[in-house]
Amino acid sequence: MERAVRHFQDELEALQARLLEMGGLAEERVRAAIHGLVTRDPGVIEKVLRGDEPINELHIEIDNRCFTLLALHQPMATDLRAIVSAVKINTDLERVGDLAVNIAEAATRYSMHPPVKRLIDIPQMGDIAQAMLHDALDSFVRRDTRLAQQVLDQDDLLDGLKTQVFRELLTYMLHDPSTVEPALDLILISRHLERIGDHATNIAEDVIFMVSARDVRHHPPPRS
Amino acid sequence: MSNSPRVPSLAGVAARAPQPAVVDRPAKIEAERLNFYYGGTRALQDISVRIQPNVVTAFIGPSGCGKSTFLRTLNRMNDIIPLTRAEGRVLIDGTDIYGPGIDVVALRQRVGMVFQKSNPFPKSIFDNVAYGLRVNGMAGSRSELEDRVEQSLQHAALWEEVKDRLHDSALAMSGGQQQRLCIARALAVRPDILLMDEPASALDPIATQRIEELIYNLKHTYTIVIVTHNMQQAARVSDYTAFFWLGRLVEYDRTDKIFTNPGEKLTEDYVTGRFG
Repeated sequence: MERAVRHFQDELEALQARLLEMGGLAEERVRAAIHGLVTRDPGVIEKVLRGDEPINELHIEIDNRCFTLLALHQPMATDLRAIVSAVKINTDLERVGDLAVNIAEAATRYSMHPPVKRLIDIPQMGDIAQAMLHDALDSFVRRDTRLAQQVLDQDDLLDGLKTQVFRELLTYMLHDPSTVEPALDLILISRHLERIGDHATNIAEDVIFMVSARDVRHHPPPRS
Repeated sequence: MSNSPRVPSLAGVAARAPQPAVVDRPAKIEAERLNFYYGGTRALQDISVRIQPNVVTAFIGPSGCGKSTFLRTLNRMNDIIPLTRAEGRVLIDGTDIYGPGIDVVALRQRVGMVFQKSNPFPKSIFDNVAYGLRVNGMAGSRSELEDRVEQSLQHAALWEEVKDRLHDSALAMSGGQQQRLCIARALAVRPDILLMDEPASALDPIATQRIEELIYNLKHTYTIVIVTHNMQQAARVSDYTAFFWLGRLVEYDRTDKIFTNPGEKLTEDYVTGRFG
């Protein structure tokens, strides 16, 4: 039965639109934080440090919307999964916003030192994390489990890059102890980007659960 | 008044008489210290409430709490029950409907009512909707009558289903259709207010959903007051909710407030299913 009470559907669509708006903001903040790191532009970094409020406001608004929808409509099946997923996606996006601030904080400290090296892997990690976030939200809008699965598959790439960044910076630190402080900040940033990928992964898992009611979290990879 | 052994007493509730949630617009319906008696039994105690225009207001509460009695005071439907008496005032658009010189027939034309059990007349679909127009001398020409019947059936979201069989018996319709026919019949005489007493309690979930959707759409044109035993239905369809208990109005507020963070412990206990 496809019919549903119209205002409930209207509310669900409004909820989805607000989540997307929040996702767009989170994505943009990650992009700006990495841009600030690479260009060492204090103005860009400062904007990220000070600009968390809209995401925080959306975080509360979306939670309230979900809360009210659950209380007033007692949704079932797909609708129930959609709202429970929205609550979780909301938390993931808010954390992404916080991680962008963490990256900007590390970028501020990093910019006080001479560059340790030319940044290649970290911007690439930033691109991958943003793309994962974007695709995860796209899969949410389109109810597309294949795209969600692609997001899950990308996570290994990000994890691999994080390990590579760590190893490379370790050699710099061993070679020249004056690089320890800025290199640790770069390691932290790679860790934050990897966490952003994890949040995108969480969103993709929620999309798969929402669409097909399959719980794919914590599943060990198949043995080869 | 006897207190339920399972819930706290009402002491203190009356002192904190429910504050109308919205007072910035003139009320469509306003009850002022309304008391209602069935013989010697006081069924409603000092009800004061301001009901806003063009919203859906739901009355909830356990059986015997007075919600249907209060609904029926709003178009003086209780007048037909012997040995009943109302004290206090009920104002509709500022006029006391219990005041002298009130034409009760005209009142019920402005304040339509739909009941729990659909009660179509044993006539055709067309004649059911046209009935109120004819007896009130509002029928006009044949084409005016046909227009009004069609418009009413459209407002009641029934036109598409019955337009090709307007002269079939209304009794051949499904329960959900019969209820929507009764809504169309009530709408035909162009009321401002629609009172609904458990309008979907005898219907299956799909027919219930259609009625709820209809209520949602009708509120743009009418002020709707609905009595329901089904709390979930009140939550889904209404903008404001009034919770009644033992003939008193315990709490009246925005529906989202009542169902997420009620102000009174009694309301909380009722909406969480701890009694009732």
